Amino acid sequence: MAMDKKIFTTPIIKANPITVLVLGICSALAVTVKLEPAIVMGISVTLVTGLSSFLISLIRKTIPNRIRIIVQLVVVAMFVILISQFLKAYVYDVSKQLSVYVGLIITNCIIMGRIEAFGLTEKPLPSLVDGLANGLGYGLILVIVAFFRELIGSGSIFGLQVIPQSFYEAGYMNNGLFIMPPMALILIGCLIWIQRSIQKEDDKK
Amino acid sequence: MDTNKNTYTVIYTIVMVAIVATILAVVSMGLKNRQQTNIKVEKQMYILNCDGLATDAKKVSDRNSYVQGEFEKYIKEALIVNPTGEVVKSFTEKIGDCDAFALSIKDQFDIMRKIDSETDVHKTEEMVQTLQLPVFICDNPEGGKHYILSGYGAGLWGPIWTYIAVTEDGKIAGALFDHESETPGLGGEIVSEKFYSQFKDEALVADGQLVPIKVVKGGKANAKDNEVNAISGATITSTAVQNMISQWMNYYKPYLQKVIGGSAPAETIAETEETIKTE
Repeated sequence: MAMDKKIFTTPIIKANPITVLVLGICSALAVTVKLEPAIVMGISVTLVTGLSSFLISLIRKTIPNRIRIIVQLVVVAMFVILISQFLKAYVYDVSKQLSVYVGLIITNCIIMGRIEAFGLTEKPLPSLVDGLANGLGYGLILVIVAFFRELIGSGSIFGLQVIPQSFYEAGYMNNGLFIMPPMALILIGCLIWIQRSIQKEDDKK
Repeated sequence: MDTNKNTYTVIYTIVMVAIVATILAVVSMGLKNRQQTNIKVEKQMYILNCDGLATDAKKVSDRNSYVQGEFEKYIKEALIVNPTGEVVKSFTEKIGDCDAFALSIKDQFDIMRKIDSETDVHKTEEMVQTLQLPVFICDNPEGGKHYILSGYGAGLWGPIWTYIAVTEDGKIAGALFDHESETPGLGGEIVSEKFYSQFKDEALVADGQLVPIKVVKGGKANAKDNEVNAISGATITSTAVQNMISQWMNYYKPYLQKVIGGSAPAETIAETEETIKTE
C-alpha cells in the first residue's frame, strides 16, 4: 500500500505533468479563462488517462509490440469520443465552451506518455491510480490558473461576480490581459518558478 | 503465443476495431435523442430569451422541459417569409418541430453571401427568391404580439448570430447575440447583458421605413439617434453586429412594412396585397 500511495501523490506535486514535465500546455492555455470549463476539462482528462492506462495495462500482454502505439491511440480515442458524447448529452453548455478541446484530449501528451511509461509495463490497478493521479495533477494546475484568470480577468468565480460593484464604481477595472492566452502561459511560468524554488530547497536538505 | 506474428497482428487489429466501433455506435445511438433535444432547447431558449422570457432556465433543475413548456406557452405561430414580404408557410401547431423552426439560418446566410458576390442581376434576383426567413410570433405576457427575427453573420474569428424581438409598433423589445469563437472578454462580450440590453426600445421600423441601428465607438451612443455603444477593444465584432442586423433587416423589410404600423395579422396579408392590386 505504501507503494501505491507514492504512485498517487508523486504525479500531483513532485512530478506534475504541467509544471515539471511541461506537457499538455496547449489545452491549459485554452480552457482556463473560466473555472467551470477548466474543472470539466480536468475531470475529463483524469478519466481518460485513468481508464485508458487501466485498459491498456489489462491487455498489455496481448498487444503486438509493433502496433502498440496504434492500439494505444484507438483506446484513448474511444474514451475521448465517449466523454465528448456524454458531455454533449448531459452538460451541453460546458461542452460548447470546451468546443474542440475535448476532441483534442487525444493529442494530450500526458495520456500517451503515461501509457508508454507506466501502463504498458505495470499491473492494471497501479496503472489506473497512476493515470488518475496524472490527470488530477493536470486538473489541479488548470483550476489554479483558471481561478486567477477568472477572478482578475472577469471579476467573478464560477460566473458569479465576487468583486463588489462599489469597486468598479471607484474606478476598478477587470484586467483584459488575464483573459488572453499569453497570461495563462505567464501564470504557469510563475507556478513552475514557485514549485522549482521550493523543491530546490527540499533537495538541498 | 507469439504476439509478433503477422497473422496475429492483423486479426488483433480487426477484432479491436470491431469492438471499439460497436461500443461507440451503441453509445452514440443511445445518446442521440438527448443531444438533439439539447440543440433544439438551445434554439428555443434563444427565441424566448431575446424577448425577455424563460429567464429562469439557468435556475430550474429540469431545464429542457421548462424551456419546452414556456416555448409552447408563448410562441403561438412560426412563419417562413420571403424577401418580397409574402408568407410562404405558416405553422401554428408543434412549432418546435416545424420547418420554420428547423430552418437553418446559416444556410440562408450562405445564400446571402452568394448574392453579394454575384454580379449578374438576373441571377441575384433568382437567388433572392430562394431565400427563406424565419419569423416567430410571440404572445408576450406584457401584452401585444412580438415578431422574433433571426440573423447570422461573420464575426472576427467565426460566425455570430442574433435573435431580435420586434413589437407591433416597430420597436425592439429585446435582442440577444451569441458567437462561436470571438475573443473571450472582448468580442465575446456581445453575449453580455450590458451590450444587448442597449438594443431594447430602439426603433427598427418607423413610419414604414427601416431605421438603421448604428454601433458607435467610445461610449458616445445616443439612444435617441438609434445608436448603441460598441464594445471597446472589439471594433470588428461590433461592426459585424451592425452589418449583420442591417443585412438581415433589409431582407425582412418588406414583411416588416406589411405587419408593422398597420398591425395586420399574418393571415390577412394575402388580402391586403389584393386590395393594393385592385386599387
